[in-house]
Amino acid sequence: MLNTLIDGLLRGNVYALGAVGISLVFGVMNVVNFAQFSFFGLGAMLAWFFVAQEGLPFWLALPLVLVICGALGLVINISVVRPLAKFLPLAAMLSTYAVSQILDNVSQISFGAQFRVFPQVLPTSNFHIGNMRFGTSDVVMLSITAVVMVVMSLFLKYGKIGKAIRATAQDQEAALQMGIPVGLVQHVSFVIASSLGGLAGVFIALYIGVANPTSGLDIGLTAFVAATLGGLGSLVGGVIGGFVLGILEAFGIYFFGDTSREIIVFVILIVVLIVRPGGLMGKVPLISTEPLTGTFLGKGRPLRMPRWVWPAAFVVGGVVIPLVASDYVLTTGTQVLIYAIIAAGFTVTAGQSGVLALGQAGPIAIGAYTSALVTMNLHFSFWAALPVAGLSAAIIASVLASPIWGVKGHYISIATLGLGVAIVAIIQLLEPQGIYNIPVPQWFGTVLSTPIAYYLIDFGVLVITLLVMWRIRRSHLGRVISAVGSDEVAALASGVRGRNYKALAFAISAFFAGVGGSLLAHQYTYIDPTMFTMLMSLLVVTIVIMGGVSLPYGAVVGSIILIGAMELLRFTPELRIIAYGLVLILVVRFRPGGILVRNS
Amino acid sequence: MSDVLLEVTDLERHFEGLKAVDGISFTVAPGEVVSIIGPNGSGKTTTLNLVTGTLRAHGGSILLDGARIDRADSAHIAEHGIARTFQNGRVFATLSVADNIEVGMHSTLRAHRPFRRLSHLFLLRWIPLLGELFIAIIGTPASRRERAQIDEAVETEIRRFETRLGPRRDEPAYSLSYANRRRTEIARALALKPKLLVLDEPTAGMNQSETAEVLEQLLEIKAEGQAILLVEHKLDLVMTVSDRIIVMDGGRIISEGRPEEVRRDPAVIEAYLGRRRGLGGVDLA
Repeated sequence: MLNTLIDGLLRGNVYALGAVGISLVFGVMNVVNFAQFSFFGLGAMLAWFFVAQEGLPFWLALPLVLVICGALGLVINISVVRPLAKFLPLAAMLSTYAVSQILDNVSQISFGAQFRVFPQVLPTSNFHIGNMRFGTSDVVMLSITAVVMVVMSLFLKYGKIGKAIRATAQDQEAALQMGIPVGLVQHVSFVIASSLGGLAGVFIALYIGVANPTSGLDIGLTAFVAATLGGLGSLVGGVIGGFVLGILEAFGIYFFGDTSREIIVFVILIVVLIVRPGGLMGKVPLISTEPLTGTFLGKGRPLRMPRWVWPAAFVVGGVVIPLVASDYVLTTGTQVLIYAIIAAGFTVTAGQSGVLALGQAGPIAIGAYTSALVTMNLHFSFWAALPVAGLSAAIIASVLASPIWGVKGHYISIATLGLGVAIVAIIQLLEPQGIYNIPVPQWFGTVLSTPIAYYLIDFGVLVITLLVMWRIRRSHLGRVISAVGSDEVAALASGVRGRNYKALAFAISAFFAGVGGSLLAHQYTYIDPTMFTMLMSLLVVTIVIMGGVSLPYGAVVGSIILIGAMELLRFTPELRIIAYGLVLILVVRFRPGGILVRNS
Repeated sequence: MSDVLLEVTDLERHFEGLKAVDGISFTVAPGEVVSIIGPNGSGKTTTLNLVTGTLRAHGGSILLDGARIDRADSAHIAEHGIARTFQNGRVFATLSVADNIEVGMHSTLRAHRPFRRLSHLFLLRWIPLLGELFIAIIGTPASRRERAQIDEAVETEIRRFETRLGPRRDEPAYSLSYANRRRTEIARALALKPKLLVLDEPTAGMNQSETAEVLEQLLEIKAEGQAILLVEHKLDLVMTVSDRIIVMDGGRIISEGRPEEVRRDPAVIEAYLGRRRGLGGVDLA
């Protein structure tokens, strides 16, 4: 038990460092900084590189990592975050998400994707007190954190810039008017946060003994939960939250095993958001002055489409392409169509209800698994399994998401992100192996396994999807959902129960995600949990933002560009993620309404 | 006193020790226009937020048409028949003017909202939600008839502000001027066919001619028999439109009566012009 407690303290140590960085940036910029997450992975990899590859002593490598991470943080803040944070906090958050994907993959390309063994630089179990075992390494880590925290709090309390940071966190406008260089303050905060992230990364490598470039997001998400638990924006809260979460997690793993980790963290997040949405040390304002989740992305007017576009697109997509295209193009086309279905269904959540859900891979996975299991075990035909997959994705995702609809601001995006991760983790727990030999669709005994058959099935489903989405958009219901996304307080005053309609929008999106998952499963004939990654979720978000976040047909255009073009240009998977990230940043920066929407 | 629409009794709300609303009581009769005035920080907006359910009261009761609403949420209160506008003007930025007004009608709709009485109940609320989804995608003959009524009602509200909103009915609300947003907001509130219309500084940030125009429109709405609870700083407008005025200071009501009575009340003059002896005012009753 005591060893578990020490284990918890060491985990908590990492989370506390991360949480303080996240809180610091959130405090001065009002942005949830995903790029911070990548510094955990990056810090670990850099430390491994300097110590194991270059043979530098650990005490030289450590400051080097901090300096590199800090410098990189400065570059990111100047180039991406600050230009957007000034007027669109949510856009800035999305961009940091893209930056984190880019960083992870650049790191993966430079250092390789495999887990690297981190050399033991300090003894790890040379002390015993009773049953407890710990080492110099553990003592050093905890002491460094303690020193860092004391220095930080003295700096914030007495330092000139420290005071400026606190002033900026309270009221950015007022601070600016008092002559505080807010830009500098934000840069300093970002650099500190990035260095803390790097430090946490080094500690991860020290503590676990292995380093991996993509481990950052997972740990970052946990650190974010720690920051939320402590109270986002509160530094003391970040430290407390980090240690509390680390200890809870260590005991959770002790009792339920390591695979339950993500689920435990998600449950804690949900409980905090419901019971004490401001965290242990934070407060929530009674009346939100501004709708934080507002659909900034929905502003701007859609380009006017001439009427002939629709029948023309139908003929080209449904007749011309199947007649003339090669099997390779058709196979690519099925991918485009499936993602278009998922993304078109997602527009009602992201665009209309204003909930930028970041975990659509979850419902896609539910649909894929349901469809595979009911066709194989219950001998459903593909045609019956398809709607069943959609329904089960809608129902299961809605049940799991039901606590989060009262949550405000950025939290809701984070909660959906956690939801996506948790769903895939649950699936992994229940069905760790992949599923093989998923039956292909049949039509009265004819096996439909050719690329053209898949293409036509997907095309038909997409047409139905677009019709349904078009009907919803034009209905009273569609307007009500958009109203909720625009201003939830005003919607309530008009008798519109915002939570209900967010939940309904999410359920509709989950239905089409499930349908898309089913189509994927029956075309790959093989699925496993590693397919339903964060990348898949990011892709769905990028597609809708590219096309115009509330336009279902925009999703089709986004899908053609992001899936079709990338495939035909033969981008490697790593390069693709970087390309998605860049596209996301550029679109959000220069065309926030999407390419089919004129800027306002 | 049978002829009471809104009855507020001993209403209280404090923020961490500060008594923003400190045991106030007042009534609004059907068709009556009642204004609340007072210096900044006197508790006017808090009172409105309590009446409309945006804030929860810490004590006292609020009755609308005899039904208690002080424990109900905003949506419930809207369904009971109170519509409001906000101090800073909250329109649905991405929706057109017409769609903004249509959303205001939400709580009056029947055919578009099957099983609507379940919509606040745990789990059961999915029955009306899925019902609304069905109406949206497929529709019923009744919902198509109601659609025609919605369009008709939206036109009626737009006609109220014809010269201003008429040409902009399909423009998204974020593209409107500040004054037009306020008009859209009032039209949206009226679309609810409220028993009581609650307006929070409808002329804030407007110039004189725009204020005069709002005054005209408020008088028209009043002539239709609409009961209004109004918070407003511009005393000329308040004196003209109100049947009765409530003066607040330090969370209490310091004077109440017809415009000409309130205008001469020394307590009001003192509250507005100074010579105050401490927060909350001395007891001048």
